[in-house]
Amino acid sequence: MKILVCISKTPDTTAKIAFTDNNTKFASEGVQWIINPYDEWYALVRAIEMKEKDPTVQIQLVTVGGADADPIIRKALALGGDEAIRVDAEGQDSFFIASQIAGVAADGGFDLILTGKETIDHNGASIGGMVAELLDMDYVSLAVKLDMEQGKAVVTREIEGGEEICEAVLPLVVSCQKGMAEARIPNMRGIMAARSKPLKVVVPVPAASLTSIQSFELPLAKSGVKLISADHPEELVRLLHEEARII
Amino acid sequence: MSVLIFADQSEGHIRKSTYEALSYGAKVAELTGTVAEAIVLGPVLDSLSGLGKYGITKVHHVPDNGLEHMDARCYTAVIAEAVQQTGADTVIFSNNITGKAVAPRLSARLKAGLVAGAVSLPDLAGGFSVRRSVFSGKAYANVSIITPIRIITLNQNAYGIAESAGTAEVLNMTISSPASRLTFKSTSKVSGKVPLTEAEMVISGGRGLKGPEHWGLVEDLADLLGAATACSRAVADAHWRPHHEHVGQTGLAIAPNLYFAIGISGAIQHLAGVNRSKVIVVVNKDPEAPFFKAADYGIVGDAFEVMPKVIEAVRRLKAN
Ligand SMILES: Cc1cc2nc3c(=O)[nH]c(=O)nc-3n(C[C@H](O)[C@H](O)[C@H](O)COP(=O)(O)OP(=O)(O)OC[C@H]3O[C@@H](n4cnc5c(N)ncnc54)[C@H](O)[C@@H]3O)c2cc1C
Repeated sequence: MKILVCISKTPDTTAKIAFTDNNTKFASEGVQWIINPYDEWYALVRAIEMKEKDPTVQIQLVTVGGADADPIIRKALALGGDEAIRVDAEGQDSFFIASQIAGVAADGGFDLILTGKETIDHNGASIGGMVAELLDMDYVSLAVKLDMEQGKAVVTREIEGGEEICEAVLPLVVSCQKGMAEARIPNMRGIMAARSKPLKVVVPVPAASLTSIQSFELPLAKSGVKLISADHPEELVRLLHEEARII
Repeated sequence: MSVLIFADQSEGHIRKSTYEALSYGAKVAELTGTVAEAIVLGPVLDSLSGLGKYGITKVHHVPDNGLEHMDARCYTAVIAEAVQQTGADTVIFSNNITGKAVAPRLSARLKAGLVAGAVSLPDLAGGFSVRRSVFSGKAYANVSIITPIRIITLNQNAYGIAESAGTAEVLNMTISSPASRLTFKSTSKVSGKVPLTEAEMVISGGRGLKGPEHWGLVEDLADLLGAATACSRAVADAHWRPHHEHVGQTGLAIAPNLYFAIGISGAIQHLAGVNRSKVIVVVNKDPEAPFFKAADYGIVGDAFEVMPKVIEAVRRLKAN
């Protein structure tokens, strides 16, 4: 079985969010980059778990980005990917990125394509669905559990207010979230092995962007907290009722 | 030209997040000088003409039984065909689970630009630009759609529900869906509870509550207010509460009218999932807890002393 895991580079969760160039660019100076947590903790680690159960599983990684994404991809290889492809292009919008991933996947013969449920910077939750459509594959989103049974995928997905179990034929695109796998850290052997694993750089396929970011904005700062004495919690309830008018 | 809004249903009932998408879509139609129509897939129990209340003129209903379960591939095929038939140039979804699964597919199929997680009406000055939430709620991006057909998924609680008088014309639409290749085995719902992402009020507990046995403080207040319950990741990781209650950067992102945090420090990753809430209340015994910086109202005190009094005061308020 061949699994393609989509890997995105995102700022660390504690990174300061600020913008430059007239609020058109993310201020990346001094920012630590990580593998998007959903891609790493759930999609990639689940693929690795599947490989541990069935050594014939091959895990291919794909990312769309410049050479500054290489350390992230190496870390993903150290965790347990077999080989990686980087499409050498700066991501423009999600359709452009999905087109690149579909381009890589088109003749790869993948049985499963795994993504994280969203990235923590763009929060689009769009790549999996777009890739599935471009390749005419089935798509199960927001999966919390994924197993193979007799050549079929059994997926538990989140639905509004609950969960649903469904069985899908391959090939299949799955977006992964919490519950899927337990996060792990790369070990020394993995890190050493990653150095010699293939990381292929390919040129992008021609693809359009359907949207463009005009500018970024930071939310208005809160005007400050109104503190209520711990001796009179009923005052809080009065304010929520009479001033904020929400209860 | 028209605005087509996907009215999501569950077990035959139109979802609340959909009323908001419908209200928003009606406003978009007004701004762009066209009409707002809705599409409903699968069998329904609710009266669809009632969607007129949200400014909808026509409801296109594709009643096939095969559309009961959400299969993104089938839903996309049917909605794409409906877009063709109605000549819609703007398609709107709620950014709920169905919207997140279907809108990206539809975008790729129609080569129609998608703004996912919109928090504003479109700005039509010089194009079609919509503000969306990015960096897990820590910033916004103004994104313009540069294709003839546009797709928007609206963040929940970002616009509000606008009701007035009105009835919609209900039309049956025959579109044959491709056969689903997914087999649905079972569904489990947390019954009787308000889904977190749809909740108007959320009461949330952190490690400061010391253990699952003290969750009565969260639940009693939630029950009184009809609120949903949530927790920090530390709490879900400790298995004090189920994972689906975990909010924050790596959990659910929510934007209720009231977020009431008890014994939560307010780590940046936690704030990322809740900072779009309209009013934030924090109860924490540490005056230096970072959460106070993001809060509207706060009590510096021991939750075990403060919360019973808060609950009592709410009970009295509700009794009046
Ligand atoms: C990559 C990454 C992603 C993350 N994603 C998330 C996420 O999505 N969501 C999330 O929540 N966290 C997330 N975290 C974890 C986050 O950094 C915090 O560790 C976590 O939110 C802390 O939970 P807490 O506030 O419940 O616990 P603590 O940090 O232990 O805080 C407990 C608080 O309770 C107060 N307290 C103690 N006793 C009392 C009392 N008797 N009365 C009142 N107050 C009391 C304390 O003063 C303290 O402020 C993430 C971390 C990382 C590294």
